[in-house]
Amino acid sequence: MSTLHTVNKSPFDRPSLTSCLNHLMPGDAVLLIEDGVIAARKGSAFSSPLEAAMKDCSVYVLSPDSSARGIGDGDMVSGIETVDYGGFVDLVVKHDRTQSWL
Amino acid sequence: MKLAIVVNEGPYTHQASDTALHFTRAALEAGHEIERVFFYHDGVNNATRLTVPPQDDRNLQKEWTELGTTHGLDMVVCIAAAQRRGILDANEAKRQGKDADNIAEGFRISGLGQLIDAGIQADRLVTFGD
Amino acid sequence: MSEDAKKFLYVNRKAPYGTIYALESLEVVLIGAAFEQEVTLAFLDDGVYQLAKGQETAGVGMKNFSPTYRALGDYDVNKFYVERESLEERGLTEDDLQEITYEDEDDDWAEKPSIRVVNRDEMKKIMSEQDVILSF
Repeated sequence: MSTLHTVNKSPFDRPSLTSCLNHLMPGDAVLLIEDGVIAARKGSAFSSPLEAAMKDCSVYVLSPDSSARGIGDGDMVSGIETVDYGGFVDLVVKHDRTQSWL
Repeated sequence: MKLAIVVNEGPYTHQASDTALHFTRAALEAGHEIERVFFYHDGVNNATRLTVPPQDDRNLQKEWTELGTTHGLDMVVCIAAAQRRGILDANEAKRQGKDADNIAEGFRISGLGQLIDAGIQADRLVTFGD
Repeated sequence: MSEDAKKFLYVNRKAPYGTIYALESLEVVLIGAAFEQEVTLAFLDDGVYQLAKGQETAGVGMKNFSPTYRALGDYDVNKFYVERESLEERGLTEDDLQEITYEDEDDDWAEKPSIRVVNRDEMKKIMSEQDVILSF
């Protein structure tokens, strides 16, 4: 049993990502969408928390959103995987429930 | 798999409606069934047919209507949220004594029970919001 | 409650009045209560302010909907989990929350508190046990 968590706000705007990371269970997945992708940029203040989360959870970025904001695949914290909308759907199906951190 | 989609923000100010639209399309392409798309909070504003976005921009209401009518989606606008924000169908306009209605083709107005019902019937529920 | 009832969790993370999410979340809870599902409410981050006692809204010209939470017990909605860390971060304690009770039909209608303050680890476990999560 696992949860897909989506985060759509920049961590510099709201504590949604921090709150999400604080409530992960091992085996959960986090998908950064919309302005949430800003957390994925390597060298940012949120690299360490994401790296810590990736010890027992997966972190994904919705690539149309990162591309739209000029964040290339090579610009992201190592270990983050990118998905397109189809991949987003697959993640929803794969996990037992989806929790949106709005 | 049966998926329920919840859209909590209106078009253009937030990306939520765009993301929900792309997600819904991708789910249909992957062969999943959409149990219902439920529009709540400012999300009800996706259902007005009176928007006129610039010609070089996307028309989110039209895209929802086209997707909904093509695939026979049940696109429900919450009545309580809609009344607060001035989204009316012909029946509601008459009942409330208003001189016009504005709901677009493909959407229907119904109660919040439809949201709970979608959660019960669907295998997964995904919320898009602010 | 029907045997195939699903577990619904309402996640409340926003303060009342600044945005409409708290009020419209409560409207869903009220309608949802009629569906005989297993309902749990979670209050964390600024959402803990939804349960604050002493809300006076006359000055902002909005309806004070905080008394409605006290009526939810009559609809078998009596699991209000409030995150301790969220309270502490905001300088709040359980004493700053309004008293919300329900009558336990399995215990001779004894009056019991609906609010249970839980720590973050308990909260994430509660979240991980749900079928449907509605976020506001």
